[in-house]
Parts: sequence; structure tokens; C-alpha cells
Amino acid sequence: MAKSLTYTIFISLICLLITLTHSFSTETPTDRRILVLLDDLALKSSHSIFFTSLQSRGFDLDFKLSDDPKIALQRYGQFLYDGLILFSPNTERFGGSLDVAGILEFVDSGKDLIVAADAGASDLIRSVAAECGVDFDEDPSAVAPVLFKGIGHSLNPANSLVLKVLSASPSAYSANPKSKLSTPPALYGSSISLVSVVQARNNARAVFSGSLDLFSNKFFKSPVQKAGSSNKFAKSGNEQFVTELSKWVFHERGHLKAVNVRHHRVGETDEPAIYRINDDLEYSVEIYEWSGSSWEPYVADDVQVQFYMMSPYVLKTMSNDKKGLFHAAFKVPDVYGVFQFKVEYQRLGYTSLSLAKQIPVRPFRHNEYERFIPTAFPYYGASFSTMAAFFIFSFVYLYSK
Amino acid sequence: MVSKSDTMKPTHQPDLSSKPPLPFSFKSFKLKTKQQELLIRVSILCLVYILAFITRLFSVLRYESMIHEFDPYFNYRTTLYLTEKGFYEFWNWFDSESWYPLGRIIGGTLYPGLMVTAALIYWILLFLRFTVHIREVCVLTAPFFASNTTIVAYLFGKEVWDTGAGLVAAALIAICPGYISRSVAGSYDNEGVAIFALLLTFYLFVKAVNTGSLAWALGSAFGYFYMVSAWGGYVFIINLIPLYVLVLLVVGRYSMRLYVAYNCMYIVGMLLAMQIRFVGFQHVQSGEHMAAMGVFFLIQVFYFLAWVKHLLNDTKLFQALLRIGVTSAVGVGAIALGLGTASGYISPWTGRFYSLLDPTYAKDHIPIIASVSEHQPTAWSSFMFDFHILLFLFPAGLYFCFKRLSDATIFIVMYGLTSMYFAGVMVRLILVATPAVCLISAIAVSATIKNLTQIIRGKTGQTVSAKGTSTAKGSSKQQASVDQSIPFLKNGATILLFGAFYLLSRYAIHCTWVTSEAYSSPSIVLAARGAHGQRVIFDDYREAYFWLRQNTPSDAKIMSWWDYGYQITAMGNRTVIVDNNTWNNTHIATVGRAMSSYEDEAYEIMRSLDVDYVLVVFGGVTGYSSDDINKFLWMVRIGGGVFPVIKEPDYLVNGEYRVDKGAAPKMLNCLMYKLCYYRFGELTTEYGKPPGYDRARGVEIGNKDVKLEYLEEAFTTSNWIVRIYKVKPPTNRW
Repeated sequence: MAKSLTYTIFISLICLLITLTHSFSTETPTDRRILVLLDDLALKSSHSIFFTSLQSRGFDLDFKLSDDPKIALQRYGQFLYDGLILFSPNTERFGGSLDVAGILEFVDSGKDLIVAADAGASDLIRSVAAECGVDFDEDPSAVAPVLFKGIGHSLNPANSLVLKVLSASPSAYSANPKSKLSTPPALYGSSISLVSVVQARNNARAVFSGSLDLFSNKFFKSPVQKAGSSNKFAKSGNEQFVTELSKWVFHERGHLKAVNVRHHRVGETDEPAIYRINDDLEYSVEIYEWSGSSWEPYVADDVQVQFYMMSPYVLKTMSNDKKGLFHAAFKVPDVYGVFQFKVEYQRLGYTSLSLAKQIPVRPFRHNEYERFIPTAFPYYGASFSTMAAFFIFSFVYLYSK
Repeated sequence: MVSKSDTMKPTHQPDLSSKPPLPFSFKSFKLKTKQQELLIRVSILCLVYILAFITRLFSVLRYESMIHEFDPYFNYRTTLYLTEKGFYEFWNWFDSESWYPLGRIIGGTLYPGLMVTAALIYWILLFLRFTVHIREVCVLTAPFFASNTTIVAYLFGKEVWDTGAGLVAAALIAICPGYISRSVAGSYDNEGVAIFALLLTFYLFVKAVNTGSLAWALGSAFGYFYMVSAWGGYVFIINLIPLYVLVLLVVGRYSMRLYVAYNCMYIVGMLLAMQIRFVGFQHVQSGEHMAAMGVFFLIQVFYFLAWVKHLLNDTKLFQALLRIGVTSAVGVGAIALGLGTASGYISPWTGRFYSLLDPTYAKDHIPIIASVSEHQPTAWSSFMFDFHILLFLFPAGLYFCFKRLSDATIFIVMYGLTSMYFAGVMVRLILVATPAVCLISAIAVSATIKNLTQIIRGKTGQTVSAKGTSTAKGSSKQQASVDQSIPFLKNGATILLFGAFYLLSRYAIHCTWVTSEAYSSPSIVLAARGAHGQRVIFDDYREAYFWLRQNTPSDAKIMSWWDYGYQITAMGNRTVIVDNNTWNNTHIATVGRAMSSYEDEAYEIMRSLDVDYVLVVFGGVTGYSSDDINKFLWMVRIGGGVFPVIKEPDYLVNGEYRVDKGAAPKMLNCLMYKLCYYRFGELTTEYGKPPGYDRARGVEIGNKDVKLEYLEEAFTTSNWIVRIYKVKPPTNRW
């Protein structure tokens, strides 16, 4: 009896372990469990196309009202979710223990985030965005009335990681359309950002949209006509846009991994602990891209490796064999010190790769120099002839009368 | 007194022989006088040998068997490496743990003599099945060599004066504080063996000059080789000996003995010295060694002239030849030197050498040399402290030397005078002067005591006879004057003798006191007196280094001021940016710049150097005055020497350095200030003083609300002496 109980516990533990390991990991970077916080459960149906598309791609969505007292992102130091969707623009305060710091900690530990605001965006949502370098416009306004209804925002120029995805048309301005414009709007033209993305240094991704309706069924299905043009489209591009965006943010697209960083002297296979100056070496790294279901070889011709000590002594573009293996061969410079193999690959839309591997470079050992050099032969001749002459001289001096 | 000058002649025959009554105990052994004398001499030497060793053990008894100070930690680390990896690995060692990211070729930038010596002792002990730890060997190397130095001092004294002077010299040098300061147990530094090598070289050279023997000269060359392998101070030898030879040539004491001794010593010594990687071709390429070469050529000219003189009988002709010969030789030498310097083949003098000749040079030009406390000019009180009565005996000894001039006494006089000058220029060169001062003082003591005892002993019989003669004859005036002075002389001699013994015993007491109080502190463990008189130990340095060793990643890079570099690598086993081997001024200046910049600027510098942790030493809680805030102006100066954005006046208020409310704004917000005083404003250090009262400087600090943006406190030791900060990674979302 007791034995079977232990057995059951063991099995369930194993299962738990499998589920745990199956969740977000470097092997399968796509998020699995997503918490969706809503102002109103009606959004669940009004945005059902978006949610269904997520669920059909294998995501496990957990809908909660934003003031649900049981909201918790982590338990016992483990995060319960891999992604967070904030469709609660008007919430002033989350239920449970969740606050701005909690969300930022969530992002800082590599998890992903979608934030949608609208005209009545609360200070809470604004502060989350501001912490990521996105400043929502203070003025509750509607910028583009058809496909995008909400507020614009600007990007903080001090932040180099945030990008505009959807910007307003050059003639747009950010103001409340219902009121009269008294002062010139602070945001205008294409500097208004409507949808922005942030990829943090730890590759956590976040989407900030000024409009919640962007994700709604209504906008997905509404026909569209470009202003000043007679072309009519039966459906807006919203669905495709939002789907691709969500694929990106939940790491189904543009996720790279670098494995098997190897370096060795030409003609050897083992990695040495130290190089000597003027050694010829080979450096290779395998880079794969996540396709949503499997790792595919990454093909690009702009991946570079640096041999770096305070400044790059060698900077070389690596060749690749279309199977994911990037390779470069070069000569160690004639400088000793502690070098680093550095790969800094930051391509738009892809996770940034930053590999650094420290390796010391030593000078020649005492017995690695050439023993005899041709230019010194006169000196060798001089010393040996002096020795011989001294010997003869001593002999003559001592034994001649 | 002057009439007794005949007694100062060297008398290898002991005066005991003239005295019939022998102590009873010796009589029973049936020893001859000479044997007794030998026995006494040997037992005195043995006692001195042991004394020299045990007087240096205070630090081990007080604290523990540990390595002291800063440089010895590097020596210890390299010795450890040598014993573990063997000589060839040591010789080719490229150390990637110091001077990140430049690295340091250890094998080519150190004097290996000390390490090889300690490793040899260690291997010998292992061979004899004494399983000791290499640290114990390192700790006791300096006392062991100090003991050996006493033997050399004895031999040297014997060579220069007589056995009595030798014995006194051995006893004086055994306990002389000037030498003890660098050779207590645990002070595992180059000087520990170098003074032995220095004295040995000089002794063997004097012996070679006295005897004209090729073998002694060769021995001297090997002594020189050992000295070169052990310490950069060998430059003193290679300049003093040529100077000495030059003086002998000038005063007309040229002899074949001198020729043999100098040529053999110079040529063989130079060839041997070139085998040390760190010295290399300096003997033929550096300006500091050119004097020796010049004298070498000059002595050849002298030899040539002597030969010509031997062939020519005409003195007038010879005088003309002499004039032409010497003038042309000097001219050719000067031209060769000028050409060599101009073409860059002969390097000019280094800054350290300049600062020896001109004590103000370093202050104006090379802050990194001037910043080292042991390179400061010597205060007169430290002469008193380190030499005590020797300071008065030294001139007396010079007087005796001049009274009996010989090649050997000329040498010791020159050694004494030059080294005294250098001791005045740099505190740490007191060490070099110590053997000379001890030897010359020993001559004074020995000669005086010998005279006095002869007066006391010899005059008892003489007085009676003199009295008899005076009563009987009373005719000779001179005899009468001697008669009258004799009782006075005898009593005076007794008093003087007691006085001398009193002075010598004061010397012994002083030496022991200095050794125990001043020179036996390991400086890595600090001791203070508590409020109730009990001893308080601050072991913060080791606490911090062991924290680093156990809590940081093994490839973490630590930035600190260079003073602590050796200790961090040796005890913390972590990579440092700069250390006590100050070979790259720019790199040190970069660290100085980071410490004196605002936090955000410093962060950029630290990121570029891959710094993970920053370590500062802070004495504000304990009142420990040699901390980083007091060293800070040197960081500013050294940093500003390379990066002109750092300006010293920015950190001063009206030329005054202060940390309180009146301090300069840049001072209150620079990285060093922030790191030292972070959270210090909350702390009450002394009863009756406001919080944030800095006990080392005795002021309330000016910026109590220190906020750190790019660094976070990682560890602070129990007495706040060492504070370690972690450099934060760049923010995730910005």
C-alpha cells in the first residue's frame, strides 16, 4: 500500500518534472503559459480571434480579471507564466500582489509582455511602458480612426532597445479629435509611434500598443479603404499584423541560439587553455533559428567574430556552411595579453547574440625562438675563433720557452 | 691618549697571551690561549647567529606564521608556482591574472633570486624528509639570511680591521633595527637575501683586492650574480665598486691586485648578470652601468701605462705619455658615451636613478615614484630610530678608518659615506647603509674598547713601576707627566669602559624594543589597544580576500588601487587590473581616473576594463590612516598625469584637502568618496560625535547621503576597513 503510494507520488513527480521542463527553456524558446489580464471578461469574446489564434498555436492562456486577488506571477521563486498580456488599459491597480515592479522583474527575468493601452490608459499601464522607454501620449486621443483607435506614444531617445513597428502617417497628429486644438500637438507626423516593440538585453520581448481595439475581432474583420484611394480591401491587415507581432513577441520568430563555440589551433581539435602569439587558429560557432517548432540552421553572411583586448585586434566575417556552422580562421596578433573571442550579433528582429570567451595569449617561451639565425653567423664565428685562439695562445704561452 | 695610538695597530696575537693568570676553569681544560680565543670567538659567533634569527621571530609569536605587507605576497605566490610547476614553467610564466587585460610576463620581469633560494631550501628540506609547508620556508627565509649576514659581517670586519671588530660588527648587525625592518620573519622580500648578497659581494671583492687572488674575485663575481638575481639594488654595487677603483686610481693606489680583482669581477659578473632576463643587456646598454665600463677601460689604460713605464726609463717622456694617454682615453670614452646616448643605444638614466641623485626630481616629474611611502626622503628621526648609538659611533669609526688607511678601509669609508647619502634620499635605502654603519661603528667600538682595556690591564704593573721610577729618579719630565696622568687615565678608562657597555646595552634594549613594537607588525593584520587596554586585532584584509576567493566567479576582475593588487591575486586568487609592479603608468592612471571621476564616467571606464568588483580600503571607522582616502590625491595626480581631464585643484579647497562639508564638490561626488563613505553617514563611530564622523581624519563627512547607481555594495568587512562593490550589468531594458 505504502509502496504503491510512493510509486504514485514518484510518477506524479516525474510528470510534474516533465511539465516543468517542457515549459519555457532554451531548447524550445516559444512561450507556453500566458497570463491574460483583462479589464472586463467581455474582451474575451470581442477579441476571440486573436486569442483563438494563440491557443491554436499551442499556447495555454489563463484569463484573469485584472483585479482578481489571486493574481500571482511567481510562486516559490518560480515564475508561473512565460508571457503576460495586459489588455487592461484602465486598471489603476492589479489584484493580488502584482505591481509595476513585479511586471518589470518578470520582464527582466526573460519573460515576454504585450501591453495594450487605449484612450483611457491608466497611470499603472503608463508607468510600465515608461520603464521600457515608451511614453504614451498624455492626451486621450484617437489618432487613426479606422484600424487603430487609441493613443499614440513617443519613444524615449535615451533607450536604444525600443523600436517603432507601426508609426502614424506623416500628416497625423496626436490630439483629442473631439476637442478643439488650442495648442500645437506635442506629437505629430511619423514620430508618433502606434505600436512599439522592445527587446531587452536578456532577449525578453515586449509589445506596446496604443490601441486595445487593434486586437479586436471588429477591427480584424472590418473592410478598409485607404484614404484618398479607391482601392478597397475586404479585410483589414490587422489580423495578419497582430498574428505576426504575437509570433515575434512570444519567440516563435526571430529567435536565434548559438551553441558549440569552439576554437583551436589549425591542425588540432582540442581547445587550448592559452594561445601563443602568431598562432594560427580556427574559431567556429553554430547558430540556429527557432522556426516555431524546430531549430533550423541560420543562414547569414554578416556574422563577425572579434579577437578583442580593449579594442578588436582582429575583426573577421565568418563564413557559413548553410547548416548553421559559422567559421573563421585567423592568426593571433603579435601582442600578448588576455583576449576575448567576441561575437556581437544584433540584427533587427532577431534575438541579439553576445558571446564572449576569454583566452590568454602568451609570448614565446625561452626555447621557442630560433636557435641560430643567419644574420648572427659573423658573431658565432667571432666567438668560436676567439675561443680557439685563446686556447692556442694559452698552449703556446705555457709550453714554449 | 694619543700616545697610546700604537695599540691600535692590528694585533692578531691576542693580548691574553701577555697575561699569565688564567681563569681556573679554562686551565682544567688545558686549552692554549689561542684555542681559548677561538672557542670564545666561535661561541660568540654562534650566539650572534642564533640571536639574529630569534630576534626576528616576534611577529610569528605575536601573530602567526604569515607573509607580511604587499610585495612579499607576490614573492610568495611566485615561489609557490615555482615549487609546484618547476623552474622552466616559472621562467616562462605568463600571468594572465594580473594587469588585466595586458597580462604580465612574470619570468621576465622579476628578480628570481629570492624565489629560487626559498625553493631550494624547501627542496633540500624535503629531501631531508622534513615535510614543511612552503609558506613556513618563505616566512623564515629572511631571518635565516640575516643570520648568514652576521657571519659575512664578521668576516668583513676581520678583513677590514681585526677579529674584534668583526665580532662587534656581527653583533651590531644582528640586531640593528635598520636591517630588521626588512628582515623580520614573514617579510619575504628581495631585500632579505639581497643584503646578504650585497655584503658578501663587497667582502669578497675587498678580499680579492687585498690578496689579488683570481679565486676571490671570481667568488665576488658570483656574489654579484646572486645579488643581481635577487634585487634591483645591485646597481649600487656596480656603481660603488667602479667609484672605489677610480678613487684608488686617483690617489695613486693602483696595483696589480686591484687590476685582477676589478677586471675579473666586472667581466665575469657582467656576463653572469646578463643571464637574468630582467636585467638582460642593461650592463652594456643602460646609462646606469656605464660608469663600470668606463672604469674598466680606464684601468686598462693604467695597466698599459704601467707597462710602458716599465719599458721606458725616461720619466719625462713617460709623464708626457701619461698626459696624452689619460686625456685621449677620457676623451674617447666621453665621445663614445655621447654617441651611444645620442643614437639611443645607451638608454638614459631611469627616473628612479635620477630621483636618487636629485631628491626633488620624482616629486616634479614622476608622481608614481613619489607616491610610494618608502621612496620619501628620510626624516632625521628615522635615522635615530634605525641606528640609535651607531649614529654617533659612525663618525668615530670613520676617524679610526682614516687613521689607518688601507685599500680595505678606503672601501668601507666610501661604502659608508655613499650609502649614508642614499639613505638620506630615500627611506628604504637606510637598509643599504645599515651594514656599512654597523661595520664602521664596530671598528669604533672595537678599537675604543681595546684601547681602554689595554690601559686598564696593562697599566696596573706599569703604574707601580712608574711610581717606583718617579720616586727613585724624578728626572725625566715626560716620564713624570705620564706618571701623573696614569691614575686618572686608569679611572677614566674604567668609567669610559662602563660608559661604552652602558651605551651598548642601551642599544640592545632599543633594538629589541623597536623590533618588538615597530617592525614586527605584519601590516595585513592590524593591532590596536582597546578601551580597556586589551589588544584588538583587525583581520579585515584577509576577511575581504577570502570573501573574494569564496564568493566571486573565478574569472572575476577586481579593480582596486595598485597597493592591494599583489594581495588580491595571492590571497583572493582573482584577476586584478593593476598591482604593485607599477610597470605600466597608463594602466594605473586609468584606474586613478576611474576612482576620481563621477560614477557614470567611472562606469564607462570600468565597463571597458571588464571590471566586476571594486575594492576600496577605508579607515574611517577604525581610525586606520593609510587608507584610500588619504592616498586619493596620488590617484588624482597619477590619473591627471596621463588624462588631463582630471585636475588636482578640482579636489582641493584653497589648496587644502578635506572631506567634510567644506570639501570640493567634485571630491564629494567622485567614485572613491562614494565608495568609501557609502552608508557611512548612518553610522556612529565614536561616542559623543555625530553620525558619519570619520575617525581617521577626525571630521564629520560632507556627503552623508551617498547613492550608488551603477555599483552595489557586495561586502564590507567587520571593521569596514575593506569594502567591496559589485559593478552592476547594464540595465536590461535601456
